[in-house]
Amino acid sequence: MSNQIINHYMPHEAVILERIQEGPHLFTLRMKFTDPDIQGSYVFEPGQFNMLYLYGVGDVPISIVNDPLDSHIIDHTIRVVGRVTRGIDKLKAGDRIGLRGPYGRGWPMQQSSGKDVVIVTGGLGCAPVVSVINYIEQRREEFGRLNIVQGVKHTADLIWKERYDKWRNLPNTKVLLAADVGEALWPWHVGPVTSLFDQLMFNPDNVAVMMCGPEGMMRVVCRHMLDKGVPESQLFLSMERNMQCAIGHCGHCQYGSKFICKDGPVFSYDKVRKLFQTKGF
Amino acid sequence: MKPDRYFFQASQFQQWLDSLLKSGYLCIGPQFRDGTIIYDDLHSVTQLPQGMTDQQAPGSYSLTNTHSNRFFDWANGPQAVKPFLFAARESLWSSQQSDQGGISFQETRPDICPTLIIGARACDVAAIKIQDQHFLQQEFVDPYYKARRDNLVVVAVNCSHPADTCFCYSTGDGPFVHEGADAVLTELDQGFIIEASTQQGKRLLEGMPLEKVTEEQLNQADLIRVKASNQQRKLPDYDIRARLFNELNNDAWHEIAMRCLSCGNCTMVCPTCFCHSENDVSELDGKSATHYRQWDSCFTQGHSYIHGITIRSEISQRYRQWLTHKFSTWHEQYGRSGCVGCGRCITWCPVGIDVTESVAHFQERRHV
Repeated sequence: MSNQIINHYMPHEAVILERIQEGPHLFTLRMKFTDPDIQGSYVFEPGQFNMLYLYGVGDVPISIVNDPLDSHIIDHTIRVVGRVTRGIDKLKAGDRIGLRGPYGRGWPMQQSSGKDVVIVTGGLGCAPVVSVINYIEQRREEFGRLNIVQGVKHTADLIWKERYDKWRNLPNTKVLLAADVGEALWPWHVGPVTSLFDQLMFNPDNVAVMMCGPEGMMRVVCRHMLDKGVPESQLFLSMERNMQCAIGHCGHCQYGSKFICKDGPVFSYDKVRKLFQTKGF
Repeated sequence: MKPDRYFFQASQFQQWLDSLLKSGYLCIGPQFRDGTIIYDDLHSVTQLPQGMTDQQAPGSYSLTNTHSNRFFDWANGPQAVKPFLFAARESLWSSQQSDQGGISFQETRPDICPTLIIGARACDVAAIKIQDQHFLQQEFVDPYYKARRDNLVVVAVNCSHPADTCFCYSTGDGPFVHEGADAVLTELDQGFIIEASTQQGKRLLEGMPLEKVTEEQLNQADLIRVKASNQQRKLPDYDIRARLFNELNNDAWHEIAMRCLSCGNCTMVCPTCFCHSENDVSELDGKSATHYRQWDSCFTQGHSYIHGITIRSEISQRYRQWLTHKFSTWHEQYGRSGCVGCGRCITWCPVGIDVTESVAHFQERRHV
């Protein structure tokens, strides 16, 4: 009887199709399951993640960055930060990896249809929202005005310059970039991302704000957006915690009553307000 | 299901155990080892801690032999049922890498035989129900836990001698078993009252020389229940769930943390704690690896580690994580508190932090 249960702990073999160096210590792996049946039945939403298993080392949660309509590939943009990602960094096209997923609840794309969208990201690349931008780009007429705000600490941290240039040319779209520390020839803003907020195009009564990055940044963004009259239920945060099982069993991503792996990683602000204002949860 | 209730003589205990073993059960029962009472394979009632009684206090545990003929005149040791359902360490799957670089995965689901645990207490039976909720009744079913759970029969024993650290009466989980066991024993001087409340439990009684329970025996059992319910330690009588969550910045967290060693003992002995870590171990030839999981604790730094940051770097934050989860946010997840009042975290805390006192800390305090 128990043999009929799907074992969600089990990875499946996937093959690396392409490796793209995005910047220093940042790369994208394009992959697919080697079993065509598994690849064929694999569906996901923007904001969901997979567990990537490096043979003999361990597994890590990584966001899916490609569009859900690309049914033949799965893209992950990965920053080298620890033991597993340092090993994954060495993989090249043709190498094999273990893959399980997708996990979690992603961005509220369907509920945001017809609304203005403000995307605020901080840090390196912020892969979890790239899928959102791709999603809106492919369905541009379904959404209102699109604002993409990216903040970096140092100007050299900005990756995907070409992508921002491409997004800047989308209809009805504003792209704003800022660096905390400026430098000669940096053509964009110097200062915190929130100092760009007056330039945003949105109706506070009809907007979805999606953010991803350091929690300190998201806290400040939430405060600004609440001041501008955006309801708490329309502020969406992508949260990160240690994750090992990805199915709400191992307890590492416990956040109050939520398991970030299965109840998140994307939460509306009203669901996490209390803990989000407290350090150390 | 209406329980079947009978009495059997203590002299027939071995005969019953023999019949359980003969019907194919791996029997697990309490026994004296390493200065405490642990659960392991049981073949003979002589292995049971007959005559033993325990003294427990914050940070202290000892056993003495009173030479009485009772088998279960003691309160719980550090572990009981949890390791038999949620293994302390087990392999989840293994992987092989071929010479061409392909990776194949094999599930290593445990091969479990029908297992019968004798001696589980009310707190442990309540904890099984909680772990069932966590591992079996959410969005994802845990096949490893399920393999063990499907094969487990629980014969509980009503508690006659709660320890000084026990507070199951105030959590509503003991000292007598309410539900969740297949059969429940109450030990009297001459033998046991046995109540079988599930089909499996009733099958355990087949072929036993059973007697009708007398009014006198029922009165004795009730007296035991009343005495065992008279526990000194209890949870404070206020809305713990709401209050703890409203006191996240209270200085009391730091006061408790001054004593807490962050050793994680409390989480290791807790019958409801479910945290576990996963890790991969490769064979020396590099051709295969095994993926394990093992119990983890929210008191370790690694528990909240994420790409270079330890979210709960301070002990006060870790203690707060544990206590607010156990007594507050657990309600939202599983419809009750995560504490069954077994008192193990009090006894086995090396510095004797008393969880009921910790909770009481927040009763009257206000933000500073």
